[in-house]
Amino acid sequence: MLKDVSFGQYYPVESFVHHLDPRVKIVFLIVYIVAIFLAKEFLALGIAAALLLLALIVSRVPLPKVIGALRGILFLVVFTATVNLLFYQGDKVYWDAPAVLFEWKIIKITQEGIIFSIFLVIRLVLLMVCSSLLTYTTTPVSLTDGVESLLAPLKWIKFPVHALALVMSIALRFIPILMDETQRIMNAQKARGSSLDTGGPAKRVKAVVPVLVPLLVSALRRADELGEAMEARCYSDGKNRTKYKKLRFTWRDLLAFLLGAGLLAGMIVMRYFPVFAL
Amino acid sequence: MKALEFQNVSFSYGDGAFAIENLNFSVEEGEFVAVLGHNGSGKSTLARLSDGLLTLDKGEIRCFGIPLNEKNLLTIRKDLGIVFQNPDSQAVASIVEDDVAFGPENIGLSREEIGKRIDFALRATGMEEFRRSMLSRLSGGQKQRAAIAGVLALKPRMMILDEATAMLDPKGRREIVEVVKKLNEEEGITVLMITHFMEEAMLCGRAVVMNRGEIVMQGTPSEIFERHEELLTFGLALPRIGVICKRLREGGLNVPDVLDPEELAKEIASCVS
Repeated sequence: MLKDVSFGQYYPVESFVHHLDPRVKIVFLIVYIVAIFLAKEFLALGIAAALLLLALIVSRVPLPKVIGALRGILFLVVFTATVNLLFYQGDKVYWDAPAVLFEWKIIKITQEGIIFSIFLVIRLVLLMVCSSLLTYTTTPVSLTDGVESLLAPLKWIKFPVHALALVMSIALRFIPILMDETQRIMNAQKARGSSLDTGGPAKRVKAVVPVLVPLLVSALRRADELGEAMEARCYSDGKNRTKYKKLRFTWRDLLAFLLGAGLLAGMIVMRYFPVFAL
Repeated sequence: MKALEFQNVSFSYGDGAFAIENLNFSVEEGEFVAVLGHNGSGKSTLARLSDGLLTLDKGEIRCFGIPLNEKNLLTIRKDLGIVFQNPDSQAVASIVEDDVAFGPENIGLSREEIGKRIDFALRATGMEEFRRSMLSRLSGGQKQRAAIAGVLALKPRMMILDEATAMLDPKGRREIVEVVKKLNEEEGITVLMITHFMEEAMLCGRAVVMNRGEIVMQGTPSEIFERHEELLTFGLALPRIGVICKRLREGGLNVPDVLDPEELAKEIASCVS
């Protein structure tokens, strides 16, 4: 079950996308998210999806990996789609049938609701694929370097940018470790007869406590050990610190940046001058 | 020159009892010393005191002649690297190379120099092929070798291994011991190996046995192993393979002290043929 969580897992191959400057990738992700939320018609989403598909092919990350990442948000997608499907109010007619297809008590399935739900699902999927593409193609260190560099202006108001970046990098490093640990504790509790997937909601929540408490204790112990190991390796306050990896902006980055900018511009134009308005 | 020197050192965790009491102890430069002791004998406290992770109550500690204090802390930490027990909670970064760079980055070295040090550290630990690997995908022994590389990148003159093999399988343990032995012999790094595996102590030049915060025995590993009755009273048992080696020698077969059965088999074979 926990093996499915693949967020933050770097997929080590060499590709155009892997070699992009992390800052460009982070900005691209933000631009992409804004763009798909600006989109108001299927053609716009289609263009965004095509661009992402291109990035995906170029990145050489295998498709099953990306689909694996989608499983994590499956519940969220199904939930939002269902809610919208059942309660969306709208009277537009898209095909030869009454606007309201089904009505019972507060539930009302409309043509517009169906279209809107599909639209929403595509949006969420694109969002998830784009963000997992970022983590698949960027090592945690360059990701944090990117964040650190992008937030650098905040140093001006004495915001501890370096510390924040380090916290992020350590958090990403510990995701797989804590996953394994959770699985181990769950197995240990199961071996002692506790059951995590039977009984009513109250019973299930109660069963989680004996997993969470040891997990928290062990996380704190690890934090302590890590602190010692970092100190022993001369970590102090981050002043006078140098960086081994330097971020470099190359022609690839310019290309990706222009693609992102083009997408955003296109989305803005299509929002106000729709081709096939919904 | 003395690499590490404890003079009348006492330390208490604040519970009234001394974890280490009036300890006098030194390690010569280039030595390979094992510190043995069962749980709670104060051997890990020794490591943490050495580079100021714990502050001693009484006495003085010197590392390569430099007294340990607030002012010299960074200098000493550069000279004295520590590898800890848990392979999963020592690394800051997810990729081997990035983690090895952490130490040199902290002391503000240039990019070129950091690159050179990563090359050196990974070569010395035999981890070159894992340079771009995810730490979470490596075996325990490989993770610990990466941790050693991380310490090595600071070019320490002395290295303390605080039960660095305790959480590893026999294969991982052998990998670590081999790497450390090589570092001691080829790079001249002074090594203090804290362990409760008696087998590992057999490869060291000198073994020190601790009990209740005091040094109770000292000598070459063979001298220590001779007194196995005494060892038992400190909660340490002679490794079975050690007993076998000893018996073989008594029986007239000239085998050295070795770590594992395979090696012993080879030694016996070369003795017989």
